Amino acid sequence: MDNTGDGITGSASGKEAGSTLARIPDHLAPWWKRALLNWESMLLLVAATIFMINSFASPYFLDPWNLSDATFNFTEKAMIAFAMALLIISGEIDLSVASIIALVSTAMGFAAQLGVGIPGLVFVAMCVGLLCGAFNGFLVTIMGLPSIVVTIGTMSLFRGISYIVLGDQAYTEYPADLSYFGQGYVWWVISFELVLFLVTALIFGILLHKTRFGRTVTMIGNNPTGALYSGIRVKRVKFILFLLTGVMSAVAAICLTSRLGSTRPSIAFGWELEIVTIVVLGGVNILGGSGTIPGVVIAAFVLGMVTFGFGLLNVPGIMMSIFVGLLLILVIALPRIWARLASG
Amino acid sequence: MNLIYSQSPHMTTSESAASMPHLGPHIKPNLEQDLEPVLQVSGVTKEFPGVKALNNVSLELYAGKVTALIGENGAGKSTLVKVLTGIYQPDSGEITLGGDTKVFNTAHAAALEGITAIHQETVLFDELSVAENIFLGNAPKGRFGLIDKSSMKAKAVALLKRVNADIHPDTPLKELGIASKHLVAVARALSVESQVVIMDEPTAALSLKEIEELYTLVEQLKQEGKAILFISHKFDEVFSIADFYTVYRDGEMVGSGAISNTNQDELVQLMVGRPVEQVFPNRLSIIGDEVLRVEDYSHPTEFADISFRLNQGEVLGFYGLVGAGRTELMQALFGITKPSAGYLHIEQQQVAIRSPEQAIAKGIVYVPEDRGNQGTIKDTPIFHNVSLPSLAKTLKHKLLNPAAELALTREYTERMELRAAALDQHVNKLSGGNQQKVVISKWLATKPKVIILDEPTKGIDIGSKAAVHHFTAELAAKGMAVILVSSEIPEIIGMADRAIVMRDGRIRAEFSKQEMTPEALVQAAAGIGSAA
Amino acid sequence: MIKRLLTSRELILAVAILALIALIALKFPAFIETSNLLDAFNDTSPLIILALGQMVVILTRCIDLSVAANLALTGMIVAMINTQFPAVPVPLLIIVAIIAGSLMGALNGLLTWKLDIPPIVVTLGTMTIFRGLVFVLSEGQWINAHEMSASFKAFPRNEFLNLPVLSWFAIIIALLVIVMVSRTSLGRAFYAVGGNPNAAVYAGIDVGRTQFLAFTISGALAGLTGYLWVSRYAVAYVDIAGGFELDVVAACVIGGISIAGGVGTVAGAFLGAIFLGVIKNALPVIGISPFAQLAISGAAIIIAVAFNASYRNTKGRLILKHDEAVNG
Repeated sequence: MDNTGDGITGSASGKEAGSTLARIPDHLAPWWKRALLNWESMLLLVAATIFMINSFASPYFLDPWNLSDATFNFTEKAMIAFAMALLIISGEIDLSVASIIALVSTAMGFAAQLGVGIPGLVFVAMCVGLLCGAFNGFLVTIMGLPSIVVTIGTMSLFRGISYIVLGDQAYTEYPADLSYFGQGYVWWVISFELVLFLVTALIFGILLHKTRFGRTVTMIGNNPTGALYSGIRVKRVKFILFLLTGVMSAVAAICLTSRLGSTRPSIAFGWELEIVTIVVLGGVNILGGSGTIPGVVIAAFVLGMVTFGFGLLNVPGIMMSIFVGLLLILVIALPRIWARLASG
Repeated sequence: MNLIYSQSPHMTTSESAASMPHLGPHIKPNLEQDLEPVLQVSGVTKEFPGVKALNNVSLELYAGKVTALIGENGAGKSTLVKVLTGIYQPDSGEITLGGDTKVFNTAHAAALEGITAIHQETVLFDELSVAENIFLGNAPKGRFGLIDKSSMKAKAVALLKRVNADIHPDTPLKELGIASKHLVAVARALSVESQVVIMDEPTAALSLKEIEELYTLVEQLKQEGKAILFISHKFDEVFSIADFYTVYRDGEMVGSGAISNTNQDELVQLMVGRPVEQVFPNRLSIIGDEVLRVEDYSHPTEFADISFRLNQGEVLGFYGLVGAGRTELMQALFGITKPSAGYLHIEQQQVAIRSPEQAIAKGIVYVPEDRGNQGTIKDTPIFHNVSLPSLAKTLKHKLLNPAAELALTREYTERMELRAAALDQHVNKLSGGNQQKVVISKWLATKPKVIILDEPTKGIDIGSKAAVHHFTAELAAKGMAVILVSSEIPEIIGMADRAIVMRDGRIRAEFSKQEMTPEALVQAAAGIGSAA
Repeated sequence: MIKRLLTSRELILAVAILALIALIALKFPAFIETSNLLDAFNDTSPLIILALGQMVVILTRCIDLSVAANLALTGMIVAMINTQFPAVPVPLLIIVAIIAGSLMGALNGLLTWKLDIPPIVVTLGTMTIFRGLVFVLSEGQWINAHEMSASFKAFPRNEFLNLPVLSWFAIIIALLVIVMVSRTSLGRAFYAVGGNPNAAVYAGIDVGRTQFLAFTISGALAGLTGYLWVSRYAVAYVDIAGGFELDVVAACVIGGISIAGGVGTVAGAFLGAIFLGVIKNALPVIGISPFAQLAISGAAIIIAVAFNASYRNTKGRLILKHDEAVNG
C-alpha cells in the first residue's frame, strides 16, 4: 500500500524536467469577489428592493404581526423546496410533492378519526411521506425510469388515492393541540413554522455544502457517469434524496393540516409549481449540477413577500399564479438572453 | 501489413522503410499544376473558447483524385470536416467550390452544393428504416409534396447494390450490425449528387474484408470524377489509396503535396513536428509479487473465460481491435458491470467487486477512455474532482474541509505537473492532456495497488503523451501494477512488459517482451496467421 | 404500412383494450351496445386529438404540459367572441381557435428553441400563465349554455353517417397525423430529432426548429379542442379541463410513445387514448366512484412507463455467440 503513490516525486516527464512550473494558486478569484459576484447576492438585492417597495406601498407592511403572518406564505413550501433543491441539483425532479401532502394529510385525518393522538399522527405522517418518497425513488433509481414521467404519474396516483378515500368529503376532526404546528408561536411574533423553516434551512445548508453527501449530490448532477466512475453510489444517493423529499413533504403536510384544521383531497393543489419556482429562482440549475440553500432561502422570502404585497393590494390569487409562472420562465430566460446579447 | 509509424525504439529506420506499404498500383498524377482544384479552402480559422482549432489552414481537392488529410488527434481534421459540411461556421477564411465562394450555414446548405460526408461517428437513426435513413432530409417527393415511398425504396435498392450491401430497404436500422450500418451511411453519402466526398476515418470500425470493399468503392468514385477527402491516421491506407496529402498539426497546415513525392518518415515528421526519436522511456522492470489474479472472468455478452495475472511493478498491455471487449473487461474489473462467472484475487485474497466503490476500496482504479464523460466531472473545480474518491480522508469533524482537499489536490497534481490557472478552475477549461492529469491525480490520491489505463494517450498532445508514458513508467518503478489498454502498437511495445491480445471477447494470445512484434500483435488481433 | 402500424406493441394494447371491454361486457352487456361504444368514442375524441399533438412533441424529446390550459384559454376566447358577436360563423371560430392555439404552442416552441429552456419548465410556466389569462379575460365569470348561440353548440353534435362531428374530427386528425409523420419530411424529422439529435444536425435538420413546429402543431390541436370542448359541454370557465394534460401524457405513455423521444406511432397514441376512454366510461357502469379515475390514470402512467422500459430490452453485442458459432 505505502510503496505506491506516496513515493513518487517531482518530474513526471523527462522532457520537461528543465522547465520549472509556477505554483498553481488555490483560487482564481479572491474570496470577497467569489462571495459578492454570485446569484445569491443579486437575489438579496432583489429581496431588499421588494421589501422597500412593499413598505412604501402599504403602511401595514412593516407591522411585526403582519410580517409574521406573511411568513406563512412560504415556510411550508420552502421546507419542501430545500429537499427539492437537492433533488434537482442531482439531476432529478419530483412533481408529486403536492400530492404527497394530500395523501399524508388524508392519512392523518383518517388516523385522527380513529382517535390517534398527536405523536401517532406525526408518526403516521412521516411513514406515509417516507413510503411515497420510497415509491418514487424505487421507480426512478431501481427501475431506471425517467423521474419526470414517474412523478407525473405518482402526482395523479397519490392525490387520486386521497380522492378515493375522501371524494367530496373532508376530515375536520383533529385534536385541538395539533394546531400548534401550524398556528403556534415560539416567542412573540416568531411562529413555530418560522423556527422549523430556519432549522431545516440550516440542516439542509450543512447537508449540501458541508458534508460529503452534499458534495456527492452536486457531482452526480454534473455528470452521473463520471460520479459513478469515481466510486459514488449514484442510485443510493438519488434514492435517499427521494426519501428526503417525501419526508419534507410530510413535515409540510403536518404544518399545513394543522394550520387549516381540515383535509380535502384538493389540499396544496398546484404547489409543485411554486416549489419548483422557488428552487429555480434560488439559482439552482434546472438541469442539475449547481445550486445553493442560501439562494433557495432568499428566493422563498422574495416569493413570500411578493405574495404578501399582492395580498395587501387585493390582487386575486390566480394573478399570483400568473406571476409565478412568468417568474419561472423569466428567471431562466433572462440570464440566457443576457448572455446572448453579451456575446453579440 | 504494418499499421504503425516508426516511433517505436524497437524498429530501426531500415525496418520501417522495408515494411513501407505498397506504393504500387495507382497511377500518380504528374504535377499539381495540371489540375484545377474543385474545392479550395483558404485561410480558414475556427476558434473555440480557449482553443484555436483551425488557424489559417488551407486545403485543395481535385476531381477524380483522393487527397489524404493527415494529422494527430486534435490536429483539427474533424473540425475542418465540420466546417466543410456546414456544422461549424469558420471565423474567417473562405471556401470556394468550382471557383465560386460559398458559405455553408447549415448541413443542408453544404449538401445542396454537392459536399457529402461519411462521418466518423454514425449519424444514423435507429428508429427509421434503411431507406428513410438514406434519404432523410432529401426524400423523393411525389403528389402533394408527400414522400414518394416506392420511388424512395427503388432508389435505396440501387444505392445499396452500388455499395454491395445485401440489406432490404424496409429493415429498421436498429436491426443492423455496425458494418451494415456503415454501408448505409456510405449509401446515404452517395444518395446526393455530389462533387466532393469526405470520408472521416471510414475504416475505424471495419474488418479487413470490409476495408477492401471500401477501397473498391473509392476507386469507383474516383472514376466518376468525384473529389475525395480521405481522413486517416493509418499510413498503409494513405499510401495505398491517396494521390495527394495534406498534413495538419495543432490546427495549422504544415505540408502538402503528391503522395508519390513523399515517404512515411517525412509524413511522420510533419505530423509530430520534430524528427522521430525514441519517445518511450527506458524502463528497467522490477517485477514483484502477484497483485491481481483473474480466473475465468465471463460476461453474458461482452467477454468470456478471461484469466491472467498481474504483478507489482509490471505494465501489462492489452491490445486488440475496437470492439474486442477490452474496455468491457476493464469496466467489469472496476465494478461498473457485473461478471456472470469467474473469480478475482487481490494479493492472494479472493474478492468480489460489484461496484466502483468496492473496486477503489480494494485498490483497483480505472482511468477510462471516455475522459469527458467517465473520467472527469467537467463543470466543477479541479480540486473537487481530485478529492472526490478520497473525501473521507479530508473530513474534519465529519464535515468537508476545503483546505485539506486543496492540499491533497496540490500534492498529486504537482507530481503530475498539471498546468492550470488555479486549483478551483473548472476542469473543462483545461486541455485534454491536463484533464487526463487530473484524472490520474484523482486516482493516485486513493493510493491504489492496480491502475488500469484505458487508451490513456488518446486525443492528447505529444507533450502530454510523453508525460503520461514517463509517469506510467514511474508508477511501475515504484511498485504499482499497471494495466495499459491501447490500440497503438508502438505504445504497447514501448511500454508493456507483457501483452495480452483480445479478439471477440476472449484472450487470443499472450506475448512476453521479447516475443512482441507489430506483426504478431496485429495477426493475433485480427485472427490471421499462426498466432490465431 | 399496415405492418408498420401493427407492430406488436400496438397489437398488445389493442388486445388489452378488447379484453377490458369483454370483461366489462360479461357483467354489463349493455356496455357493448353500438350506441354506447360510439358515445364512449365521442367522449374520448378530445383526448385522442390532444394525445396526437402531444405525441409529436414527445417524439422530439419535449413535453407539453400546457395543452389543457391552452384548451381552456382558446375555449374562453371563442365562447366570448360567440357571446359578443353571435353572427360570426362557426368555421371562422374554428380557424380563430386553431390560430390562437398555435400561437400559444409557438410561444412554448420559441422559448424552447431560441432560449434553450427545458420544455418541462417552459410548459409548466405557460400552463399557469394561460390558465391565469382565462381568469383575466373572463374576470372569473362563467359563460353558460344560454349565452351561446345555437349553431355554436350544435356543430360538434351534428351527425354525419351516424357519427357526431366531434368523432369525425378525431378520426380525420388521426389520418392527417399518420400522413404527416410517415409521408412528409417534417414527420420523419420528428423521429430523427428525438432519436438522435446530434445526428439530425449532420443530416441537415434544424433540431430547435423541428421542436418549435412540434409545439406549434400541439398548440393548434389544443386550440381546436378548445372550441370543440366548450361547444360540446356548452360551458366555459377558468377550470375547464383542469389537470387534463396528465391524461394526455398518460395516453401517450400508455400508447408506447417513449418519453426519451424518437419512438412511437399514431396507432399507439390513438389506442392509449381509447384505453383511458374505456376506463373512464366504464367506471360509472361498474359502479366505481368517478373519484377513482385520477388514481387509475396515475397508476396507468406508471405501469405503462415501466412496461415500455422493460419492452425495450437492450440487446448485447452478441459477439460471443458469433464467436461460438465460428468455433463450433
